[in-house]
Amino acid sequence: MRTAIRGGRLIDPAHQIDTVTDVFIAEGRIAGIGRAPDGFTMERIIDARERIVCPGLIDLCARLREPGHEHKATIASEARAAATAGITTLVCPPDTDPVIDEPAVVEWIRRRAEAAGQARVLTLGALTHRLRGERLAEMAALKDAGCVGVSDGGRPIANTLVLRRALEYAATFDLTVFLTPLDPWLDHGLAHEGHVATRMGLPGIPTAAETGPLARDLELIRDLGVRVHFCRLSSARSVELVARARSEGLAVTADVAVHHLHLSETDLSGFDSRCHVRPPLRGERDRDALRAGLASGVLGALCSDHQPHEPDAKQAPFGDTEPGISGLDTLLGLSLHLARTDALALPAALERLTWGPARILGLDRGHLGAGAPADICIFDPAEEWRVTADRLRSRGQNSPFLGWELPGQVTHTLLEGRVIYENDSARPPGDRP
Amino acid sequence: MSASKVQLDRQGRLRHFLTVEGLSRRHLIEILDTAESLRGVAERRVKKLPTLHGKTVVNLFFEASTRTRTTFELAAKRLSADVITLNIAHSSTVKGETLLDTLQNIEAMQCDMFVVRHQQSGAAEFIARHVKPHIAVLNAGDGRHAHPTQGMLDAFTIRRHKPDFANLQVAIVGDILHSRVARSLIHALNILGVAEIRVVAPRTLLPAAVEGLGVRVFLDPREGLKDVDVVVMLRLQKERMEGALLPTEQEFFQRYGLTEERLALAKPDAIVMHPGPINRGVEIDSRVADGPRSVILEQVTNGIAVRMAIMSITLGNHARPDGEDA
Repeated sequence: MRTAIRGGRLIDPAHQIDTVTDVFIAEGRIAGIGRAPDGFTMERIIDARERIVCPGLIDLCARLREPGHEHKATIASEARAAATAGITTLVCPPDTDPVIDEPAVVEWIRRRAEAAGQARVLTLGALTHRLRGERLAEMAALKDAGCVGVSDGGRPIANTLVLRRALEYAATFDLTVFLTPLDPWLDHGLAHEGHVATRMGLPGIPTAAETGPLARDLELIRDLGVRVHFCRLSSARSVELVARARSEGLAVTADVAVHHLHLSETDLSGFDSRCHVRPPLRGERDRDALRAGLASGVLGALCSDHQPHEPDAKQAPFGDTEPGISGLDTLLGLSLHLARTDALALPAALERLTWGPARILGLDRGHLGAGAPADICIFDPAEEWRVTADRLRSRGQNSPFLGWELPGQVTHTLLEGRVIYENDSARPPGDRP
Repeated sequence: MSASKVQLDRQGRLRHFLTVEGLSRRHLIEILDTAESLRGVAERRVKKLPTLHGKTVVNLFFEASTRTRTTFELAAKRLSADVITLNIAHSSTVKGETLLDTLQNIEAMQCDMFVVRHQQSGAAEFIARHVKPHIAVLNAGDGRHAHPTQGMLDAFTIRRHKPDFANLQVAIVGDILHSRVARSLIHALNILGVAEIRVVAPRTLLPAAVEGLGVRVFLDPREGLKDVDVVVMLRLQKERMEGALLPTEQEFFQRYGLTEERLALAKPDAIVMHPGPINRGVEIDSRVADGPRSVILEQVTNGIAVRMAIMSITLGNHARPDGEDA
C-alpha cells in the first residue's frame, strides 16, 4: 500500500523537524518527506491539514493483563485501545501470570498480539525466575525469543548480590535492564508519607523507599559499567540522583508515568481509590521536579503505566483496592495538556513519547526518517474531548481523569504503513469554525 | 469531595458522622450540648427516650470491639431504637462477599443507621458514599483515620471538668501514629479553641508532619507534661505494632508511662484520660488509672450520652428533608 499524508504539521523530534509537509509511505516504510519519490503512485491519500503528524507513540509500561488476569483486560482489548490513542508500540512488563521468564510465554504473547492486529506488543523478560529475586532467569533465551529488555517487573530484587549478578548477566547479552527502585520494607504504606497521609490516617511510603534503592542501584551500575533504565520515578530527589549519575557518565535513563505529572497527594482527598497508585502520588514539589526533569531530558520517556482494572478492584475502602490507573486512552491528551503549559514545548513532549522511548529500547522506531517503519500518529490538536467512561477504549475504566477536558483527538494511527485506526467522526480538515 | 462534605446535607447539617475534621464549632457545640441534656437519662428509673422509636440501627463491626460496640448498642437502645450487631470480620468477608454486597444485603433489611467500624482508613466514608440516602452512617473507627464519637466524648469529658478551653493545655501521650482517637480529638480540640495541644511520644510513634494537625511535638514527657491541664494516655496497640517500633513495653513504660511522679509535672488539678482498654503497667500505672484524678470510667459513661446525641442529631436531620428548617 502506498499512502500519502498530505498537508499536516509534521513533528519528528528525532530529526528536529516541525513543518507543514507531506509524508509518503511505501511498503510500510517512510519513502519520502515533502517530495514523493520518483515514480510514486498513490493508492491512498490522508488529508492531514490542520493536524499534527508524528511518530506513533511508544509506551514503555503497559499492563495488558494477559496472560493471567483476563477478567481485567486482554491483549486484544488493550492493543485496540492503544491504537485508538495513537500508540503503536506497547511494552509489556514481565509480571504476567505466568511470569515472562521463559520463551514460551514471549511467543504466546507475540501470537496473541499478532492475531489482534493492532498496536505492536513488545515484552520485557524477567530478570529472575518467577520474579522472585532469587535465581537468574534464562535471559539469553528470552532475548532470542524477542524480549527487548529484562526487568524486575515492579517487584524489586531485595538481595543486592542477586541484583548485581543479574545486572552483569544481562550486560553479557547487551540487554537493557529495567528496574523499579522500591525498598520492599519501606513500601508497605498506601500514600506518600507526609501531611496528607498523616491527616487521612493512611500508612506512609517515604521518599527514601525509592531513593534508597535508587542510590544503591546507581552504585552497582557505577561499579559494573552496565546500562540500566529506571521505571516510573516519583520524587524530586530521584530526579536529582539520576541527573547526577548521568552527568558523571553512567549509562542510566529513566521514565515517569504521566499521572505523576498531573496529580499529587492532595488528589487522594475523599479516599479516591482511582488515585491509589504505586509509586504513590507525592508532593507538589515532587510533581514540579518531575515536570522539570522531563523537560530537561533527565527523564527521557513518558509512559502511561497502564493498569486496567475491573470495577470491583477499585470499589472498596482505599486500602482494600488494587493500585493502578488505566492510562492508555489519556496518554497523548495528558502529554499535550502539559505542553500547553510552560512546563514543556510540544516537540519535546512528543519526543518523550516517541524517539525518547525508542532510544531507551534501542529500536529503529519512533522517528520518521527515510526508510524508517511507518508507525504514525495523526491527531487534531485543536479538538478537545471530555474524558468519560464511554470514551475510554481500554477495558479498564479506572481513571482519575474522568471529567477532564483534554486536547488532541487522534484521527489516524498507522502501523508499518497500515491504517489500524481511523476516526470517522473526527472533524474534517478545513472545517474550523 | 472531602469527607466533611459527604457528611453534611445541603443545609450544612450532619447527615452522617464520619470525621470531626472540617466541622464547624457550631456542629460540635450542638453535639456537646445535646449530650449534656441526655446525660441525665441514665439516672432515671426508666432509662429510655422515645426519640428513635421504630428506627433500626445496625452495628457493622468489621474489626473486633467490645467497649465501643456496647456503648453504641446502649445508646441506641436508650433512644428506643431496635439494634442488631453484626461482627462481619468473621462471617461474610471470609466467604468472598465484597463490602458493597454486604452493604446492599443489610440495606435490603430496611435499616435507618449503620454504625461502622473497619480496619481501613476511609471505610466509613466509602460506605456513606454508597448507602441509600435515607441511611445515616456513624463512624465507630476507621483504620488510623478517625474515631469521631470518641473524640467528641473526650471533648465532652474535658468540658465538664475544664470548661475554659481558651486557657487549656492538653497533652496526648503514646502511640499517635496508629491512633484514630488522637486524630479525632486533636481536630475536636482545635475546632473548640483549646489553647495548646501537645503530642508526646518517641519519634517511631509519631506520624510524619504531625505538626500540620495543629499540635506541638514533645519527645520528652518531662517537658510535654509540664503544667498541662489534661493528660490523655493512648493505648499502646500491640496488635498494630508492625516490627521494630519500640524495643520493649518495659522501656516504653519507663520513659513514657504515666506514673504518679510524672503526673506531678502537670497542673495539680490535671485530669487523666484514656480511651480504653488500658494496659496497666505499659502506658499507665494502676495507681494513676485508679487514682483520684482519673476520669477514665466517666469517659465510658459520657460515651453513651455523646453517642445518643450524635444518633438523634443525624437521624433527626434525615427525618427533615432538605430545605425544611428545624
